Amino acid sequence: MQYLLLIYHSEQGFEKTTESDRAAIYQEYGQLREDLTANGRFLGGNQLAATTMATTVRVREGKRVVTDGPFAETKEQLGGYFLVNANDLDEAIAIAARIPSARSGTIEVRPIVVRGKAVQA
Amino acid sequence: MDFEKLHREESGRILATLIRLLGDFDLAEEMLQEAYAVALQKWPVEGTPANPRAWLISTARHKAIDRLRRDQRLERKSEEIAKTAETTTAMESDGDKEMPVDDRLRLIFTCCHPSLPLEARVALTLRTVCGITTEEISRAFLVPLATMAQRLVRAKGKIREAGIPYRVPLQEELRDRLDGVLLVVYLIFNEGYLATSGDALIRRELCAEAMRLGRVLCDLLPEQAEAQALLGLMLLHDSRRDARVSADGELILLEEQDRSLWHAEQIREGTEIVESALRRGAASLYAVQASIAALHANARTAAETDWAQIAALYDVLLRMQASPVIEVNRAVAVAMARSIEEGLALLDEIEKREELEKFHLLPAARADLLRRLGRNAEAAETYRRALTLATNDIERRFLRRRLAEVENLNAHRS
Repeated sequence: MQYLLLIYHSEQGFEKTTESDRAAIYQEYGQLREDLTANGRFLGGNQLAATTMATTVRVREGKRVVTDGPFAETKEQLGGYFLVNANDLDEAIAIAARIPSARSGTIEVRPIVVRGKAVQA
Repeated sequence: MDFEKLHREESGRILATLIRLLGDFDLAEEMLQEAYAVALQKWPVEGTPANPRAWLISTARHKAIDRLRRDQRLERKSEEIAKTAETTTAMESDGDKEMPVDDRLRLIFTCCHPSLPLEARVALTLRTVCGITTEEISRAFLVPLATMAQRLVRAKGKIREAGIPYRVPLQEELRDRLDGVLLVVYLIFNEGYLATSGDALIRRELCAEAMRLGRVLCDLLPEQAEAQALLGLMLLHDSRRDARVSADGELILLEEQDRSLWHAEQIREGTEIVESALRRGAASLYAVQASIAALHANARTAAETDWAQIAALYDVLLRMQASPVIEVNRAVAVAMARSIEEGLALLDEIEKREELEKFHLLPAARADLLRRLGRNAEAAETYRRALTLATNDIERRFLRRRLAEVENLNAHRS
């Protein structure tokens, strides 16, 4: 199965980390990505620019409404993602637990819908 | 052949194996029902097979293969099942041999997966592992049948769609995942033991099922001391089942229970299990609660209760989990162990916190201590306050009874 691991973290907190701490975190991310690639689990993944760079788009009654900022103001922001291949949810959870930001933020594990299978509300 | 008994005791295990073989909760449940229907027709005529469990599994499996073959799109799946069927048939038809125990454990861990909402874990475990009907579960939890059915459908849907695996967690996750399973078992037991509304028969059954699950966990994971602690706790509480409610349904407090009605053999077993769990390092909430329960259960009379040790154990419990219920219990234990005034002072402290304004156990405990001190007028007033807060019928009747007692004493004195 494919899972999207959404990485939520506090942008404010991340801005406060020191240069060397940040380098260590990126290094750890790089290592995780290499490991996942080596065992065929990695399908994609990126860091996202900060939410101040975000644009929100809605179409209402045919009219395009474009605004600044993320969709919702929250304590933690979506900062990046991994798209992985895993045998089951437990394996996806195990991968999520290895993401460095899991220690300070939150990883949301979402199964990818395949072949138009029904999605639970 | 007692069909009811077979259904009740074996359904969980049979279903567990079928889910593994068929890879689908709903299909497994449906095919098992069909297999039961065939059995009801055939067994009375042809006699009960030597191994009813294996018979039911193989019948359900063949029904599943037929069903899937009819559906062209699922051709491949049916071949898969047929193949796994061949490799497992030999093992299952092997006379009275036990089926691989792993299946039940797999099923328990899947139903209690932390990615399912807690209430769904409880419902799914009762439905699937214990074989309790959706209707009974909805009555036990006072939830409309449609809501409960929906809860189960959603949970099974999530198992399928989110890829929740059907297996026992790996060793490194086992401890964490077991905590989640124990919580579900504990909640099932408490629902049966503490709930005072609803159907008494179903509540009794919830306790029995929780203890049965506890035994399965202890049998299959013998090295897990916390599972033992929980089983011991349940056995000790349940040993008082016949003494805690009177014939006319009135609540009887521990102190006033007829201890000859306690099940001595169950107390002996429960105490032994708790002691063994503690020796092996059990230190969870269950272990501490079980220790308290063991002290109560092994006191020959209420007066012989070791309140000092119980008070100390409530201290430990409170450090592990902040809870007003535990605080009140601790105050009562201190009152009994040292002095009632000291207990009252502790209750005063708790009462100062406004968040507990609506908490009826607080005035109820206070009233009881006042009663023991012979301060009957104050006790009566406090019982009245407890009565305005208590919602549960049995508890209200109990408080009214006590209120009448102290009012009576008060009237005699003046």
